[in-house]
Amino acid sequence: MLPVPLLAACDGPLSTLEPSGPAARDVAILWWAMLAGSTLITLMVGAMLVLAIRNKGGRASERHWIWGWGLGFTLSVLTVLVGFSLWLGERMLARADDALEVSAHAAQWEWRFIQPGPDGQPVATLDTLYVPAGTSFDVVITSEDVIHSFWVPQLGGKMDAIPGHVNRHRLRADAPGVYEGLCAEFCGIGHNFMRFTVIAYDPALPMPDMSEAMAPFADNQAEMLP
Amino acid sequence: MTVTSPADPRAIAPSEPMVDALDIAANPPRRALALHRELDAVWRDEPGWRGFFTSVNHGTIGLRFMVTAFVFFAIGGVLAMLIRAQLATQQGAFLDLDLYNQIFTMHGTIMMFLFAIPMLEGLALWLLPKILGARDMAFPRLSALGYWCYFFGGSVIVLSLVFGVAPDDGWFMYTPLSDRTHSPGVNADVWLLGVTFVEISAIAAAIEITVTILRCRAGGMALTRMPLMGWYLLGTAVMMLVGFPPLILGSILLEVQRAFDWPFFEVARGGDPLLWQHLFWLFGHPEVYIIFLPAAGALSTIIPILSRTTILGYGAIVAAVAGLVFLSFGLWVHHMFTVGIPHMALAFFSAASALVAVPTAIQIFAWIGTMWMGQVQFRLPMLYIMGFFATFVMGGLTGVMLAMVPFNWQAHDTHFVVAHLHYVLIGGFVFPMLAAVSYWMPLICGRWRVRGLGEAAFWLILIGFHGTFFLMHLTGLLGMPRRIAIYPANPEWEWLNLISSIFGMVMAAGFALFAFDVVMQWLFGRRSWRNPWRAPTLDWAMPLPAPSYNFASLPGPRHSDATALLPLARGEGLLPGAPRGWRETLVVEPGSGKPDHVAVLAHSTLLPLQTSAAIGSFFAAMLSGFYWLAPVGILLTIWAGWKWGDIMGTDRDHPPAQVAPGLALPLHFQRRNTLARTGTLALLLADGTLYASLMFGVGFLTVVAPNWPAPESGIATLPNLLAALVALGAMALGLVASFRAETTRTTPMGATWAMVGLGTGVLALAALAVLAYGLDDPTRHARDALRGVVLGFAVFHGVVASLLALRSLADHRQGRVSAARVGASPIWQLFQLFWLGTSAASFILILAQEVLT
Repeated sequence: MLPVPLLAACDGPLSTLEPSGPAARDVAILWWAMLAGSTLITLMVGAMLVLAIRNKGGRASERHWIWGWGLGFTLSVLTVLVGFSLWLGERMLARADDALEVSAHAAQWEWRFIQPGPDGQPVATLDTLYVPAGTSFDVVITSEDVIHSFWVPQLGGKMDAIPGHVNRHRLRADAPGVYEGLCAEFCGIGHNFMRFTVIAYDPALPMPDMSEAMAPFADNQAEMLP
Repeated sequence: MTVTSPADPRAIAPSEPMVDALDIAANPPRRALALHRELDAVWRDEPGWRGFFTSVNHGTIGLRFMVTAFVFFAIGGVLAMLIRAQLATQQGAFLDLDLYNQIFTMHGTIMMFLFAIPMLEGLALWLLPKILGARDMAFPRLSALGYWCYFFGGSVIVLSLVFGVAPDDGWFMYTPLSDRTHSPGVNADVWLLGVTFVEISAIAAAIEITVTILRCRAGGMALTRMPLMGWYLLGTAVMMLVGFPPLILGSILLEVQRAFDWPFFEVARGGDPLLWQHLFWLFGHPEVYIIFLPAAGALSTIIPILSRTTILGYGAIVAAVAGLVFLSFGLWVHHMFTVGIPHMALAFFSAASALVAVPTAIQIFAWIGTMWMGQVQFRLPMLYIMGFFATFVMGGLTGVMLAMVPFNWQAHDTHFVVAHLHYVLIGGFVFPMLAAVSYWMPLICGRWRVRGLGEAAFWLILIGFHGTFFLMHLTGLLGMPRRIAIYPANPEWEWLNLISSIFGMVMAAGFALFAFDVVMQWLFGRRSWRNPWRAPTLDWAMPLPAPSYNFASLPGPRHSDATALLPLARGEGLLPGAPRGWRETLVVEPGSGKPDHVAVLAHSTLLPLQTSAAIGSFFAAMLSGFYWLAPVGILLTIWAGWKWGDIMGTDRDHPPAQVAPGLALPLHFQRRNTLARTGTLALLLADGTLYASLMFGVGFLTVVAPNWPAPESGIATLPNLLAALVALGAMALGLVASFRAETTRTTPMGATWAMVGLGTGVLALAALAVLAYGLDDPTRHARDALRGVVLGFAVFHGVVASLLALRSLADHRQGRVSAARVGASPIWQLFQLFWLGTSAASFILILAQEVLT
């Protein structure tokens, strides 16, 4: 019975534990694996500590404690973990294929997006990004003023928007839906409210109405899309 | 296989007895009380308020550092409670956004720069001479200077909160948010100038700690046998010497950008905000280990003693410390996994970040093995050590999680990281420090604690801590970012935050009770008997509370542990009493611990206070925007620095000091390789790191910053080339003069060479002024701005080298040199060489920039 309320506690529109895309799901798997391993290690160290305290004097060897546990055990666990994580990380990268590109241009304190509209022409929107569900897309991330960070927890990790730099971030939404996003890097007095929404629409259906979120193109933003 | 038996009485280090290496006869015993009076008259602080301002004694200064740090900890803690009160509910209409930004920025800044670092400095200053067997730190006036810089700088930072102009860009001060355009107020200047002013104390402490450990140990205490605390603090000090300069450079560059519009971090003019992040985290990550190492040193000291055994794996622990020092400089990028660095580069830093867990794990298992070997006594310090284990292990594991790049992409900048860093810092620093304070309190105040209060405080802190931060991991995974004040759209975070806030108050109550307990112990505790923990280390080989001079006679090969308490008090050790009425301590060879000479240390003086006030006047002029007043502060600082030299040296040769029967050693005036020389080398290590950071900045912007190459430069002219060559030639001639001034010091030629050195210094500075005139406008492009800084670096060192030449000249004029006494010229040589070396490197760099473009 216990797992039900526990799992319910993991829900939420910004929860990394309720993934809706491959990148977020890989990280969630990594997290649960690391949590299990860490719990075991914590319990093990705790048990060793209790035994060591209860043990009223005895011999101890460096080979056992330092070379065995300190070096051997730690290094083995870390090697496996680092290898697995790097493999996962490689899977998430944006690579040179013909994936859909959208632009996210951050400014104090709003997100300006450019994405394909109903007639295939680019459409500029404010604080709402429209992408097709089930398809990988690259977010090309830039900044107008200070450092911001683009984050949609249910789809994947975050990527900073840094003045003078262009960052590329690959995401995919598995199913149509509304995904909440926010600026994760402290960017001044309006940081608290620098939220946005990603709407993943069903590509088989007619495109959603974008007019409510439409905004004029920001200077130079269109040029940043390769 | 090395097996250490539990009954081993040698707790300092598992090696053969020291007497084999070096035999020094014992001094005849004297009356302990007479000896105490003789020494205390020389070593105690002056009475009354004057003593408060003039004290240079490590006992006074070290305690004062710790008490001040605890006051700042309380202030930072109050800010934390305000944050928790604000976040307890979704709408938290308690603080406005601007104030909230100031408060979380100040919480981080205070805890890092005004609590953690000064606390460890204070512990090191107070403890090191005692545990190594010396009477004071190597540079007592520098201890006091560091304290006053910390006190003034810290006060300005905290007072800014009262006036509502506290820093509000986050404790990491990322540009462009912290530049003049996006933070027009004085808030960011308070951070940059205040923290840099405080960091003078960190560099001062690092130099002192290094030199004290290398050269002020008990006679015959080889480096390989010193208490582990010595190794930990040596690692800490070296990390501070190498870790702080990047931050100091970054702060100087950012302040110059804010004040004079030199565009180091501004993209449009060739700068890059990522340069700030690199410089900040080049400091910021080693900083974590700078904080952790002294705490781990306390654990490695206390655990074996309270387990009635010796530490398991002394050599492995020393190797682990060295590994941590080395590795910690290779992982700063793990704070920057989301800035867009290629994944394969991140892989390197990810692996390094995971690898750093290995030396940490080695220590954890060595401590558990030590407990296994011995019989653990559940005294109060041991409770805090249990708190450390219960907290730090989890913090380390979440640290490994965050080192995994994909997980970091999700967890970065969320409350998961907030939880992690508090597990590491409170687990890895605060719990061990609480253990250390409760362990060393009898030595501080001579009293035993009041029963019960300490245990209650421990449980409140432990329960409060885990109640606050355990569930916060989940808060972060549910997506709550850092540095937000309200979350009206996310009711799912509220119950977690409410729990954190409630337990936060419990933890605060625990810390208040801890402070109350310490005060109670100080006032009402019963007198403690000597060496209450039955520890073997030298810090307990003295009466309680520790006397102003620590040891009536100094420990040596015959008196190398706490069992020598009475013989040392009776003057049977080395260098008993104060026969010349001076503060004297033994200086040894760095490796073997063989006694080398006797250092005469400074008495109480107002000079450190005056010097820090002079430096402070420069910072005040910069902060208030009266830039034209800043040169006055520089002149005052030069004047104060000159005064320091005035009371060094002596105008006559002194007979050797009788250290033990058959062993007479020269005073430091008659030695070339003095503490001051070792200290200068340590200072130049930090200085060289500052220069290397500057070169890193040049290289980084050249390769990474978007708006390069820079516009056409106008500096490639014949007059500029000639001026540069004249400057370098004059510096080289000055270097020759600095050596000749020493070798010919007994003849009139000595003064002539010093004058030549001074003349070449002035000539080189004049040539540098010509170059400054020929510089491109430094506000035009980051390349030109960096060239301005490179030139400023050369001018600064030219002034120092020329002043040292002037000091050598004064030495000759005032008869401070003789065949036996070398005066200031060895120090001058080091600075002159550094000046020439860095200037030549800068010249080659700029020449290459001009030729290659």
